[in-house]
Amino acid sequence: MDNVQLAATAALLAPGTEIVQGRQFVEMSVAPELLLSTASALKENSDTRFDMLVCVTGMDWGKELGVVYHLRSTEHNHMMVLKTKVSDRENPEIDSLCSVWQAANFLEREVYDLVGIKFRGHPDLRRLFLDSTWGYPLRKDYKDDINIVAK
Amino acid sequence: MEEAVINVPLEKEEYIINMGPQHPSTHGVLRLVVSLRGEMVQNVEPHIGYVHRGIEKMCENLTYAQIIHLTDRMDYLSAHINNEAVCLAVEKALDIEVSDRVKYIRTILSELTRIQSHQLFWATYGMDLGGLTCFFYGLRDREMILDIFEETCGGRLIVSYNCPGGLMNDIHPNFQKRTKDFIKYFRKTLPEYDRLLTGNVIFRERLKDIGIINREDAIAWGLTGPVGRGSGFSCDVRKHNPYSAYNKVTFKEILYNEGDSLHRYQVRMDEMWESMNIIEQLIDNIPEGPYAAKMKPVIKLPEGEYWQSVETARGELGVYIVSDGNKYPYRVKFRSPNFVNLAPLNKLAAGFKIADLVAINGSLDLVIPDLDR
Amino acid sequence: MEFSIYDLTSFTHWIDSSLRASMSPGWAVAVEMIIIGVALLVFYALIGLFLVYAERKVCALMQNRLGPNRVGPGGIFQTVADLVKLLFVELVPIKNADKILFNVAPFIVIIASVMAIGALPFAKGLHAIDLNIGIFYLMAVSSMGVIGVLLAGWSSNNKYSLIGAMRSGAQIVSYELSVGLALVTMVVLAGTMQLSEMIEAQRWGWFIFKGHIPAVTAFVVYIVAGTAETNRGPFDLAEAESELTAGYHTEYSGIKFALFFLAEYINMFIVAAIAATVFLGGWMPLHVFGWDGFNKVMDFIPPFVWFLGKTFGVVFLMMWLKWTFPRLRIDQLLTLEWKYLLPLNIFNLLLMATLVLVGWHW
Repeated sequence: MDNVQLAATAALLAPGTEIVQGRQFVEMSVAPELLLSTASALKENSDTRFDMLVCVTGMDWGKELGVVYHLRSTEHNHMMVLKTKVSDRENPEIDSLCSVWQAANFLEREVYDLVGIKFRGHPDLRRLFLDSTWGYPLRKDYKDDINIVAK
Repeated sequence: MEEAVINVPLEKEEYIINMGPQHPSTHGVLRLVVSLRGEMVQNVEPHIGYVHRGIEKMCENLTYAQIIHLTDRMDYLSAHINNEAVCLAVEKALDIEVSDRVKYIRTILSELTRIQSHQLFWATYGMDLGGLTCFFYGLRDREMILDIFEETCGGRLIVSYNCPGGLMNDIHPNFQKRTKDFIKYFRKTLPEYDRLLTGNVIFRERLKDIGIINREDAIAWGLTGPVGRGSGFSCDVRKHNPYSAYNKVTFKEILYNEGDSLHRYQVRMDEMWESMNIIEQLIDNIPEGPYAAKMKPVIKLPEGEYWQSVETARGELGVYIVSDGNKYPYRVKFRSPNFVNLAPLNKLAAGFKIADLVAINGSLDLVIPDLDR
Repeated sequence: MEFSIYDLTSFTHWIDSSLRASMSPGWAVAVEMIIIGVALLVFYALIGLFLVYAERKVCALMQNRLGPNRVGPGGIFQTVADLVKLLFVELVPIKNADKILFNVAPFIVIIASVMAIGALPFAKGLHAIDLNIGIFYLMAVSSMGVIGVLLAGWSSNNKYSLIGAMRSGAQIVSYELSVGLALVTMVVLAGTMQLSEMIEAQRWGWFIFKGHIPAVTAFVVYIVAGTAETNRGPFDLAEAESELTAGYHTEYSGIKFALFFLAEYINMFIVAAIAATVFLGGWMPLHVFGWDGFNKVMDFIPPFVWFLGKTFGVVFLMMWLKWTFPRLRIDQLLTLEWKYLLPLNIFNLLLMATLVLVGWHW
């Protein structure tokens, strides 16, 4: 399915989300409350059938924290992007997508480790690379005068 | 300080063994905390992060040409392919079309990289399972490829030959001849590998029906590369989203349906033959042309988000660049195939014996620096 | 006194008579025992040195490289250098280890192998103890080694050592059955357990030719089971470095580790020597009935050269196996023994007995 059709189908599936076209992939921005239902709908629906979670990226958008999911359908061979943002920087929480795609297990742990977003419902949310004395390095306000050379 | 070591409560008669960060079989600095009952593995928990260098954070302070040198050091056995991923992403963002010469050379070098990575896989896999002679035979042949790399690119393992827009320099005049000689030699030598290990009944019994994962689970866990293809999941980026010169060559995608360690091994052995076929189709036909497109001295990507997948020797490497228009990227994310391939290790190994854990770990063919970034 | 290298009985009788002439019989026997003991220990040490060097050279041959070639001409002093290094290594004492058992374990393994060497016929007349139950004695004595292995694993107070020792113990005990049955098959063919008589019976044809099919089967089974018993080759899971550090001798360092290391090579030598004696004729040259010229040429080579040549041939075969094949897993190892080798052995034994009764052997 090409991007235009995909955008149309996705809009039908998930009302209340914002769809951006014209970029490399169809991008769907969804509120954190609707994330789990949207993801399940995208996976179950036979026209979209996004059965593979390719990548989970934790982002610091400056004021908000967010997660970007790249999804792929092995059946139809199309990809799309699912985005969500959380404005609470002290205690950000998003639903975990482990029940939809098992690949999310490690990928979400990495986001928790490096950006600090907690995932509700994750079976085993622990830090992955770093230990608990580190802050959240991939945030833009992370200060480390010794190790990071800021230009 | 450190988080709880093991997350599953122990039953009576279970004990924990640590295959520590330094271990001859874990292929890098990976710590596996294994809880055993007798010989049987109940639970395997990988602890990673020993080689975490913060590559993604570093990229936020480096220019696009400098990022390429960091990608070499992720999956160092697919160094050239990693470089190519970032270059393709940048070229796609800037809408630059590289010359055919560059595409052909990039593809040939990628396939040589794939062969040398699989040779090392064969060598270390045999060594892990006890056939220590395999190590020497595999590395002896791999030296020939590394010598080709050194002559053309200047480095054996860390190549850094690609740059956005093309290549750093043109290929050495000997490149074509040496590559053709290598292909001729290796076509005769690869059956030796089969005689030594693939057909060996001890080897087959060690690997058959060990660590099985079926196609649905492979897709759900996101496994790509030979691990996914050994389970029947057709995930070859070179076929589904071709880049460089892959749409100009014909080759087979190797798929097996059984999903056990033996077939993951067999996928890699067959891929070496296919890589040689690809190189043979390209090596005599490299078109003339410039080896690099004209680029501005300071590369600034237009604002937006760009994704590029390539097929490394271990799976699909994804590069996701978020740019805000500056000369440094806002965020770079590498979707590392090894990171995703490690995740189902507990599911694969639970219920088997410790010796099988070594076999399964080897069949996943992990390179830990790529996992940790 | 005429000494010939073809028949060393005259030499040993000369020693015996000159000792008895100069001292009382009791003392003479005691001095003889001391001489034999010293000779065996010296032989043990020299063979150990040579085998370690040979293993490294054979390994290098298989792996397309050179092996040790710097220490001494062609690297022959490499093992001496290793031994000197091992002597200087710090003996790390283990906390909470059972000290007595920890120290005794390597010696048990050595004692078992020295006792086995004492019963081997090296040449005509050069036979320390010629028991009339030679084969039985050899099997009994080489079984003692497993006690040393189990003690080593237990007393090290280390999970890995314990697992390694238990695997090793299970393996050795299982494969002793196959070794024993293969040797019993040849005893059926020979009709005697005494080693010197077995060798004499091979004058006109080695047993591996005389017994044709069952003897060849027994030989193959013996080599496989013998390799497994000494924890070598494709059956070395107990000490696989790539899996669980070094198995039962993880906690040993310095001279104690050297003793384990040495005992493993000597055990390999013993297995090969027994194979050479029982299947390939020991020190008996290759004779073909009726080819007198050929027989005279074969007789020209002294018997101990024949014995050592055959033994080292079998040792080379065992080393070749080790460096070619990957390892078997412990359950596959035990399956091989109990489900395949044991029934094969029993069937082979019956076949050999039938052959001997009917007279179809040569």
